Amino acid sequence: MHSQVTVTVNGALVVVPFGATVAIAVAMAGQACRTSVSGEPRGPLCGMGICFECRVAIDGTPHVRSCQVLCEPGMEVATEK
Amino acid sequence: MNREERYHFDVLVIGAGPAGIAAAVCAAECGVRVGIVDDNPSIGGQIWRGESNGPENTDASEWVQRMRRSGVAVLCGLRVVHQPEQGVLLAEDLSGFCELKYEKLVLATGARERFLPFHGWTLPNVMGAGGLQAMVKCGLPIRGKRVIVAGTGPLLLAVAAYLRKHGAEIPVICEQAPWSSLARFGLALLSWPEKIAQGIRLKRSLAGVPLAANSWPLAAHGQKTLESLTLSRAGRVEDIPCHYLACGFHLVPNIELPLLLGCAVGNGRVQVDEFQETTVSSVFCAGEPTGIGGVELALVEGQIAGRAAAGRATEARAWFGRRKKAQRFVQLLDRTFRLRPELRSLSLPGTAVCRCEDVPYLRLRQHTSWQSAKLHTRCGMGPCQGRICGPATQFLFKWGPGSVRPPVFPARVETLMGPTRQLEVQRSE
Repeated sequence: MHSQVTVTVNGALVVVPFGATVAIAVAMAGQACRTSVSGEPRGPLCGMGICFECRVAIDGTPHVRSCQVLCEPGMEVATEK
Repeated sequence: MNREERYHFDVLVIGAGPAGIAAAVCAAECGVRVGIVDDNPSIGGQIWRGESNGPENTDASEWVQRMRRSGVAVLCGLRVVHQPEQGVLLAEDLSGFCELKYEKLVLATGARERFLPFHGWTLPNVMGAGGLQAMVKCGLPIRGKRVIVAGTGPLLLAVAAYLRKHGAEIPVICEQAPWSSLARFGLALLSWPEKIAQGIRLKRSLAGVPLAANSWPLAAHGQKTLESLTLSRAGRVEDIPCHYLACGFHLVPNIELPLLLGCAVGNGRVQVDEFQETTVSSVFCAGEPTGIGGVELALVEGQIAGRAAAGRATEARAWFGRRKKAQRFVQLLDRTFRLRPELRSLSLPGTAVCRCEDVPYLRLRQHTSWQSAKLHTRCGMGPCQGRICGPATQFLFKWGPGSVRPPVFPARVETLMGPTRQLEVQRSE
């Protein structure tokens, strides 16, 4: 079993520890997860799937809570603009 | 995810934290078919997140091993969104949905952190205390980062100790409660031996980290992410540069699913009888939703609920004494970490209270109820459905809680439309 997983966040390669959630990949890429309705950058708040602040698009599926999904090799993550 | 479209269990448990795991294990050991469902990618809930296999928490690994042996069907990454008919729950994951049929149901939905809005709290890297801990448990690098821990409740110390152990620098822990309350809390803990040991371990791992009582965050600053925090530290205003703020104001029970199923709730807690059965027949509830009482109480309630749900109510009686003792901790927590009224003035007119819809404090204060605020400002109408701003507005404006409508979490149309059989049943009624 590999100890690291590589995904892309907005096209850039990010290497995360095995078992890391997508929220961590986004944080390690130095990105905010989404832009709020008034244009503010937002990142994870609750870390447990309640607040929906960490939602991103994963492999084309929009509005996924990145803190509740584990990174898988080759996953394409796009933050919500 | 490998799963079927329909499941049928004698006992279905929602939530795989300590209460849910204990309930599932005890029910399965009585010989009935048990399934346990959790929204998170793996079991353990928040307190046992990522520790179920490690050497750190023997309690957690014992329970998890017992669950593996007992033949409980574990369904993770699955979120319950609706009850289309009595005895059936609808749940979805990333790839689709499924039906969960049950004879008896145990709700062990846990708790979330209470957040209070202050200037800058929407900046990235301002997180819940448990929220940041959860991220670090899942692999967020924290070594060398400066983290201020603030808010209220026993979780703050546990989080600070955890982050420090993983290499974070903790300049201060800000606790809003006064020293007098904390001192009384410390004294009262003497009657719980397991908590004394826990306290001693925490004190050792936090040596040299200042704990400031009567202290709270005033404003978070930064351009794109958090850069510094202004805090009120025992009456003095102070600025501290930091990478993260881990901030939570104790916990609130997750009662949305119990409410959806019609369970009676009083004072924000699910009402249960001595066997943990709610006011809805065959629906049980255990752990934080019945009152924030910590892991010991959750485990005891889970064991009672699991046995009672499996039809072994008489055997469950053996745990009543331990539950009574553990329940005293609920009142102690409530008393010690009661929010001080000054925290109501942390929100400035422009501070976003509802983060989903960016509704500022200014637009909310003219309303007299949650209902009115929702209708006129969209506060609480975003994807979190008021789970974050609801408890905040209950404190800020003393509004009562709102009602819950299906789906209890945002769900895909296919999930709600999928089981056409059920839609036909509903139409024919």
